Amino acid sequence: MRDSYKILVVDDEPDLQPLMLQRMRRQIRSGRYSFVFAHNGVEALEVLHQEDDIDMVVSDINMPQMDGLTLLEQIPKVDPNIRSVIISAYGDMKNIRTAMNRGAFDFVTKPLDFNDLRITIDRTLAHLIEWRKALESRDQLVALQNELSVASGMQQSILPTIFPDGPDFKSFASMEPARNVGGDFYDFMSLNDGKVGLAIADVSGKGVPAALFMMSSRTLLKGSAIGNLEPGATLKEVNDLLCEDNDAMMFVTLFYAVYDPETGAVSYANGGHNAPVIIHADGSYTVLPMTGGIALGVMPDFEFDQDSITLLPGDTLVLYTDGVTEAMNEDGEEYGMDRLCEVLSAAPSIQAQDISDTIFESIREFAGEAPQSDDITCLTLHRSEVDA
Amino acid sequence: MKVETLKEGDSLILLTEGRVDGTNAVDFQSAMENAIQGNDQPVILDFENLSYISSAGLRAILVVAKSLQRQNVNFAVCSLVDSVKEVFVISGFDRIIPIHDSQEAAIDSFGG
Repeated sequence: MRDSYKILVVDDEPDLQPLMLQRMRRQIRSGRYSFVFAHNGVEALEVLHQEDDIDMVVSDINMPQMDGLTLLEQIPKVDPNIRSVIISAYGDMKNIRTAMNRGAFDFVTKPLDFNDLRITIDRTLAHLIEWRKALESRDQLVALQNELSVASGMQQSILPTIFPDGPDFKSFASMEPARNVGGDFYDFMSLNDGKVGLAIADVSGKGVPAALFMMSSRTLLKGSAIGNLEPGATLKEVNDLLCEDNDAMMFVTLFYAVYDPETGAVSYANGGHNAPVIIHADGSYTVLPMTGGIALGVMPDFEFDQDSITLLPGDTLVLYTDGVTEAMNEDGEEYGMDRLCEVLSAAPSIQAQDISDTIFESIREFAGEAPQSDDITCLTLHRSEVDA
Repeated sequence: MKVETLKEGDSLILLTEGRVDGTNAVDFQSAMENAIQGNDQPVILDFENLSYISSAGLRAILVVAKSLQRQNVNFAVCSLVDSVKEVFVISGFDRIIPIHDSQEAAIDSFGG
């Protein structure tokens, strides 16, 4: 596998080229990225025809001669295995949606945050590597097992490994993949006004189709979330988009919340996902009431209600998937919600990661030698106690 | 996992037994599809002896439910044990797929 990638950047803004070369100088010097530039879609296509080793395209939308959305339609005709990332205006869901429909892998918003762009490029390249493996295995007609490992690589590639924190909160997330099946993912989003979006989800089905459905769920959620601070409206939008062309009847259970570090307020909407738990500093806990939602992808035009709750200093919000509560032990018993709450009550309410570690440890102990049948995922957010 | 087919009045009952999870959801789906092939009678999935269902199993049911809906064939699920019912309720699928306490209640719901 190569570890050097060629990226075509398409933007009519003349300042972008020197800025990109400057901000990505470390990646360029190490030989990981190399860049070529074009100023509109027509130029970009010329470059793509001339240079056959381009791995990905990062393109603006509004450009003279040929815009980014038209370019997206043309790229697969040159090489269907090039991945594209679109640069869009903040919250411009309409164009983001069109771009996704035309095969864009992800998007970044203006004004460009180069750190975010770097993460997005790396994520796209990680996906590309998995995709190429998938192609190879298809070419060689190898066993299903391989397709599953490819899918699991794709799943891993979209999970963030850096978790948001602030002066008085910390977050953490972890996913323990099952060997064969599973489709859990989590995500964090930086929103307006310093708010933080938190998501945990479980996609039905397995293999590459489920992994691709997971990719689009994640990207649509991110796109919808940054343009919208209302979790209910966000889920509605993502649901409607997922319902289009979903003949395979895949679906995703998705819990999405917006956390406001200023006040500790959590507004949330639940799309058919297990109810999260808040563990308080004194060991008591609150199970978040359901909001009457359904899993996303199966029923268009569904209105998702939302609710809100406030994290007090010392509280920890715990999101998890059914891989936690349905973990089995050697006698075929389920781990269960009661046990989870019991363990949380006894857990030291110190840090987001400690609570997550405690849960995983407890499940491992419970399961013993029993095989893990589903992904196990936890996302925790802890609001610090006020300094005395 | 086992699916047994029997007739009750005008309805086709699919008695499902055991566990349905990611490893056998595909088999579960084909078992249902085989059982209802060429059938135009109401279909009831009886889950009295089903101890566990995962989201992969829900998807199999959804695929079958949609295909029956296209053919205008009545469909319901009945006699769910608590843990299975909970899976339907949490995912919100109890709003998409009719659920009844017993075979009789399911048959009654079809309105003869």
